[in-house]
Amino acid sequence: MRRMFACLILTLAAALPARASDQVTTFTLDNGMDVVVIEDHRAPVVSHMVWYRAGSADEKPGVSGVAHFLEHLLFKGTEKMEPGEFSATVARNGGSDNAFTSYDYTAYFQRVAADRLELMMQMESDRMVNLQISEADIATERDVIIEERNQRVENNPSALFREQASAAQYLNHRYGVPIIGWQHEMVDLGLDDALDYYETYYAPNNAILIVAGDVYPDEVRALAEKYYGVIPANPDLPERMRAQEPRQMAERRIAYEDARVAQPYVTRSYLAPERDSGAQEKAAALTLLAEILGGGTTSLLNEKLQFDTRTAVYTGAWYGGMALDDTTFSISVVPAAGVTLPEAEAALDEVLANFLEEGVDAEQLERIKMQIRASEIYVRDDVGQLANRYGRALTQGLTVEDVQAWPGLLEAVTEEDILAAAREVFAKKNAVTGYITAPEVTQ
Amino acid sequence: MIRAVLALVLMLAALPARADVNIKEITSPGGIDAWLVEDHSIPFVALELRFRGGAALDAPGKRGAINLMTALLEEGAGELDSRAFARETEALAASFSYDASQDSISISARFLTENRAEALELLRQSLVEPRFDEEAIDRVRAQVLSVIQSNAKDPSEIAGQQFSSLVFGDHPYGSPLEGTVDSVSALDREDLLAAHDAALARDRLYVSAVGDVTEEDLGAILDDLLAGLPETGAPLPSDADPNLPGGIEVVDYATPQSIVTFAQPGIDRDDPDFFAAYILNHILGGGGFESRLMEEVREKRGLTYGVYSYLLDRDGAQIWMGRVASANDRVAEAVAVIEEEWAKLRETGVTAEELADAKTYLTGAYPLRFDGNGPIANIAVSMQMEGLEPDYIANRNAMVEAVTLDDINRVARELMDPERLTFVVVGQPVGLSGTLN
Repeated sequence: MRRMFACLILTLAAALPARASDQVTTFTLDNGMDVVVIEDHRAPVVSHMVWYRAGSADEKPGVSGVAHFLEHLLFKGTEKMEPGEFSATVARNGGSDNAFTSYDYTAYFQRVAADRLELMMQMESDRMVNLQISEADIATERDVIIEERNQRVENNPSALFREQASAAQYLNHRYGVPIIGWQHEMVDLGLDDALDYYETYYAPNNAILIVAGDVYPDEVRALAEKYYGVIPANPDLPERMRAQEPRQMAERRIAYEDARVAQPYVTRSYLAPERDSGAQEKAAALTLLAEILGGGTTSLLNEKLQFDTRTAVYTGAWYGGMALDDTTFSISVVPAAGVTLPEAEAALDEVLANFLEEGVDAEQLERIKMQIRASEIYVRDDVGQLANRYGRALTQGLTVEDVQAWPGLLEAVTEEDILAAAREVFAKKNAVTGYITAPEVTQ
Repeated sequence: MIRAVLALVLMLAALPARADVNIKEITSPGGIDAWLVEDHSIPFVALELRFRGGAALDAPGKRGAINLMTALLEEGAGELDSRAFARETEALAASFSYDASQDSISISARFLTENRAEALELLRQSLVEPRFDEEAIDRVRAQVLSVIQSNAKDPSEIAGQQFSSLVFGDHPYGSPLEGTVDSVSALDREDLLAAHDAALARDRLYVSAVGDVTEEDLGAILDDLLAGLPETGAPLPSDADPNLPGGIEVVDYATPQSIVTFAQPGIDRDDPDFFAAYILNHILGGGGFESRLMEEVREKRGLTYGVYSYLLDRDGAQIWMGRVASANDRVAEAVAVIEEEWAKLRETGVTAEELADAKTYLTGAYPLRFDGNGPIANIAVSMQMEGLEPDYIANRNAMVEAVTLDDINRVARELMDPERLTFVVVGQPVGLSGTLN
């Protein structure tokens, strides 16, 4: 029925359904692998992604970076494919491929012409369980990830600072360890470490298939059953229990000096609750709080610190609602010339204190909600973004229903909800305040 | 076994997808040309405007004026000051971005059908009636100065700036478009008004629109939006004469990983050998994991996370450039391998298999670019800037296919010039030294 309906639409107007959620079909294979199909028939393109519910926060102690290292090694061959053959085959089919690793997930994707989907499934399902690599294969790749760390982190004082701040934020949870790994542990990562992680977590019952673009659910189901459905579930898949944060009782402050810093700034991060399945209301309030404080030109921090007092040249606020475990709400203030970091921090604290007293500007809240409504229209132009939304949600403890309920929950947030969430989160005992500066030059 | 099956699937699916984009060339009643792709499936429009010239139009001594002017377009216009303009834009959920590059000013707009007229009126005011209030000038200037100071200590930015300075010297391409602390500090409102007159003129304008709008409506929209701009702007800058003497320049900077920029003379997009050079570059270092440089520098030796090359076709200069980053104690080997590969490709050319693989990738990947209103609008305006016709989309793959092994290997011999391959290395590389003039 859906298929006929879709064909009709194509013939008449090449139209899309009126809401993003109507483009989405989901089902689960017998072996427990979840499948999400997102239709967009405007161009003959498909994105094929496999997301694993395993990231750096699922690593064992002492082998930080192994989840990401394994991600690289998945391009090094299987019983059936030579090292490099995977990407070369994708390229010979006019496609591009890559992969990414985060705290809670690892994902692999290819973007190809829609008629090459079967080949992608064939190869991706093969490397889900048939990886074959040797010590020789991995030595060079370990050098590559160390250069990746050099490029992303060691050459970048802000990235080093963020690592230190995260480590201070999390007393017990692996979110305090960088995804790419600590350098001293990366140099010792071995084949056994990678294979141990692979055998523990790479299985159809720990994976989500997302296919987005010019495809129909029926054809995806048939292909998914043929290639992924035949892989047995791993009965020993461990439950995802990571060490959780204890009560945080002491404010933390860090100061990082690096001669490569030209523009000092101050950051503040608070431990904050994440989106939980069936109970996303508080996270919705925190999402709007981040928009109110630091979301755009008319955000409160900008109003007060850039326009009114000229204390800052830049301010921002972020809330990482999509996470499996406790997340953070963070704020940055880049002070204007002549303003010290303690002055910038004091100004930030004053804005937060006054906000809790004075409440939310109703017009600002309405503007933000208008933008949220509009983003549900704009996102339909970008199925890649929709695919990421579902992949991140389903690997981080949320369901399809949670994803589809989210815009409505944001819409329903009230001023009281936002202030209550702010009062709960803005406690110094949960916070890390960081200063990044260049060392003082001695005469 | 999988190989046999793969081969079968490959054979069945050997033809690339067709890019099927229906571009209408329109001229508004007021005489503004635009490319339109009508698609009413989502109730919004992506509108792209490009003004040729960009930051290279900075007047002598006024480096950074075009960039600062562009950043100020959204900081107050007509009756609205900076904050009021932002509030109105947010309330409509429209998004306008204003960006200056060396060769152009890009304005990308996205707005909903339900409040299109209001959104376009805001956009019009920002383009035609920007206020350049002193308050906004000082505030945004402070942001730009912060960026300039940060760039001066960022290894990647230093690498780009040192390279541009060596290669382009006194031409505008030779200095950062943000300007210097001194030049930006000295800019005043008159300079910004002059920059606006110089850069945002209709004689250098290119327009594309994709989405929920008809031909008739678009014509009227463009007339309302752009009629208030001056007919002509400042003369476009003269061509640069890239200085690529060959050899290595080391710029000492205390950071663990050296950043290397390299280049030799390039080729114009209008050159009959352009597609051969384009495929040649793809095989050498053009993205993906399959290029020779990725294979030799990363896959075989683990010397870097990424190495790539590309044909840079600026309005006033064509160079063939690339980049790699490698730890200070390993970067000398990375540079040596790149030099070797450059010479080897010139001497022995590419194989028939490499050419065939590059063609299947390039022809297969091309139609995948056209996958949304935003991307199509971007491609459509860029094509106009490059002087291409709408039928290029249908013909482009045939031009890739037409390149023969003889063509590409002749171009390798004629164009590749290891003697002039010039490296700028920023870091503390072990075993590398040198200065160039």
